[in-house]
Amino acid sequence: MKEKFNILTSTCVPLPLENVDTDQIIPARFLKATTKEGFGDNLFCDWRYDKQGNKIESFVLNDPTYNGKILVAGKNFGSGSSREHAAWAIAGYGFRVVVSSFFADIFRNNALNNFVLPVVVSESFLAELFDSINKDPNTVLEVNLPDQTIKNVATGSFEYFEINSYKKHCLENGLDDIDFLLSNKDKIEAWENK
Amino acid sequence: MNTLFDKIWDAHLVTKVEDGPTQLYIDRLFCHEVTSPQAFSGLRARGIKVMRPEKVFCMPDHNTPTHDQDKPIEDPISRTQVDTLAKNASDFGLEHFGMMSPKNGIIHVVGPERGLTLPGMTIVCGDSHTSTHGALGAVAFGIGTSEVEMVLASQCILQSRPKTMRISVDGKLAKGVTAKDIALYIISKMTTGGATGYFVEYAGEAITGLSMEGRLTLCNLSIEMGARGGMIAPDEVTIDYIRNREYAPKGEEWDHAVAYWKTLKSADDAVFDKEVSYRAEDIEPMITYGTNPGMGMGITHQIPSLDSVPEAGRTSFSKSLEYMGLQPEENLIGKKIDYVFIGSCTNGRIEDFRDFASIVKGRKKADNVIAWLVPGSWEVDKQMRKEGLDKIFEEAGFAIRQPGCSACLAMNDDKVPAGKYAVSTSNRNFEGRQGPGARTLLASPLVAAAAAVTGVITDPRTLL
Repeated sequence: MKEKFNILTSTCVPLPLENVDTDQIIPARFLKATTKEGFGDNLFCDWRYDKQGNKIESFVLNDPTYNGKILVAGKNFGSGSSREHAAWAIAGYGFRVVVSSFFADIFRNNALNNFVLPVVVSESFLAELFDSINKDPNTVLEVNLPDQTIKNVATGSFEYFEINSYKKHCLENGLDDIDFLLSNKDKIEAWENK
Repeated sequence: MNTLFDKIWDAHLVTKVEDGPTQLYIDRLFCHEVTSPQAFSGLRARGIKVMRPEKVFCMPDHNTPTHDQDKPIEDPISRTQVDTLAKNASDFGLEHFGMMSPKNGIIHVVGPERGLTLPGMTIVCGDSHTSTHGALGAVAFGIGTSEVEMVLASQCILQSRPKTMRISVDGKLAKGVTAKDIALYIISKMTTGGATGYFVEYAGEAITGLSMEGRLTLCNLSIEMGARGGMIAPDEVTIDYIRNREYAPKGEEWDHAVAYWKTLKSADDAVFDKEVSYRAEDIEPMITYGTNPGMGMGITHQIPSLDSVPEAGRTSFSKSLEYMGLQPEENLIGKKIDYVFIGSCTNGRIEDFRDFASIVKGRKKADNVIAWLVPGSWEVDKQMRKEGLDKIFEEAGFAIRQPGCSACLAMNDDKVPAGKYAVSTSNRNFEGRQGPGARTLLASPLVAAAAAVTGVITDPRTLL
C-alpha cells in the first residue's frame, strides 16, 4: 500500500456524476472482509454489474474505450460513510489519482492514507477535462506532485492543486501517519501529564 | 475564534505539524466490527500494543441480526467479522459489549446511554455518524480505518483544523415537527456537501428546546451535509441526562466535571467562519424523494421541477428520480409504500419509539406494509417494555426486533427488495443502501408511523 507518489502520466476514466457516495463506490454488503484486499473487484459494483452479475456495458469501467490510473469525477465525490473500504476499492482497482472539483472530507483523508491522491480542480477546469475526454478518450493527464500541478498534456492547459507539505512529504517518501505519531510519543505523554 | 469547538480542540492539541495537520489527543475511541479489523491487523504487523486500552470501547452493531441473537450468526462472513472484534478486544485488553450483553447496541446509542460520552471530550469512531456524540458538547467525528489504527497506536490523530459554522434555528417548532425534520430541512437547504470542511455548532431556541435525544438525532445527521461534526453546548438538559449513568463521573468528580462543563460554550463575541440561521416555523414534517439526504422537502410539497435544478446537477437529479421511480413535480402524499423501518443511530432511541407509539396506538398496521421496529440498544428495548410500548405495538400488529444497525445499511438480513418503497427513520437514502434497488424515503418516526398505519405517505399531523 505504501507506494511512493511523484509524477503520474496516464489516460483517464471519466465519471461525470455529482455526489458519488461511498455506498456507490463500495456497497455495504462488501464490507464484511477483515483484510484490505480484493475490494477493487467490487468498485462501483451496482453500476458495473446487473443482478445476475453480468457486466453493464454502458458503465464506464466496462467500456474498453476508457483506461488509466486517473478517475475524473463530478463534484462532491466520496460523500457519506467513513468506510475506508471505498479508498481500498479505488486503490485496489488501480487508480492512483481521483480528480474532482470537490471531495468529502473523510474520503479525502482515507484516500491520502492509502497513497491515492485526491486532486481538487476548479469547476471550469473539470468541465474542460470532461469535454476533452469526451472528444478524445485517449486524453493524457500529467499529475505532478512535487510541482502540485495537473496538466492536460495535449492542450497544455494546467492548474495548481493544494496539498499540505506534511502529506506531500508522506506521499513522496512512502511514509504514513503512524510512523510519524510513534516517533512522537514523548509529546503525547507530556500532554497526558500536564 | 473562541467558539465552543475552539475551546475543546485547543485543549486537546498535542502539537501542530508545520504546514500540516494538528496532532489531537483523543479521549474516547469506539470500535465496531466493520471498520476496525484491518486497524488491529496493522498493530499486529507493527508489533505494537494499544497505547491506552482503558479509553477504547468495542461493540458489534452493523452485522448483528435482529432476531435469534442468542444463536450463532448464520451468515459465516458476518459471524467472522463479529468474532474478530471479540478476539481483537480480548487480545488487546479492551472493553467489549458483545452480542446479547445487556450493554450491546448501536455504538452511537450506547455511548451516550452508558455515560461514555461526556461534554468536552474528543471522540472518534470508524463511522461517519460519530457526529452524534456532539449533542453532549463533545468534539466527535468519524474517521477511516487507518485513523482508527492511529488512535489505537498513539491515542492521537492527525487532522486538519476544520472551519467553524454556527447554524441557528430560532422560534418554536410546530406540533408534529421533530429534531429529524429540523435536520432534513437544514440539509435540504445546505445540500449534501454544503457544510464540507466545517464543524457545526447548533444554537437557537428551537435547538435548546430539544430533549437530549432530539439533539442526538440532529447532531447525528450533521455528516449528511458534509460537516466534519455537529455539536450543541452543554446545559441543564445535558447535565440531567448524564447524571447517574454507569460510566459518568460520581461524587466529588461529578461536581468538578459539572463545573467544567458549564464553561463549555461559545463566547458572546465568538467568531465563526460562517453563520446561517433558519426559522422553526418554516419547518414542517419532512420526507426525502431522491438518493441523497439533501433531496428532501416538506411532506405536503412537490418534488422540484428539472428546470429548478442547476444545470450541472440535472443528470444526477434525473438519474436519482429514475432510480426512485418518481417524477419531477410529483406530490408524495397518498403514495403507496411497502416497508417501514424505525431504528438506527438516528432514530432508534426511546423517545423515537414513544413518537411511533403515539400514532399507532389504537390503530392497525396497514396490510400492505412490512414493518421493522429495531431498538437502538438492549437498554432501549428494556425501557420500551417497562413503559408498555411493546403491548401497544403488539395490539397494532407490530413486533419489536433485537437491536442493531439493521435495515439502515442492510448488512444483516433486513434488506428492502429492489423497487420497493421504504419509509425509513435512518440517515441515508443512497442507491442500494437498504438493499440493491431499494427505494428509501427518509423521515421522522411520526411520518414512519403514519405511513405504517395507512399504507401510504401521510402527513402525521392529520393523525395526531
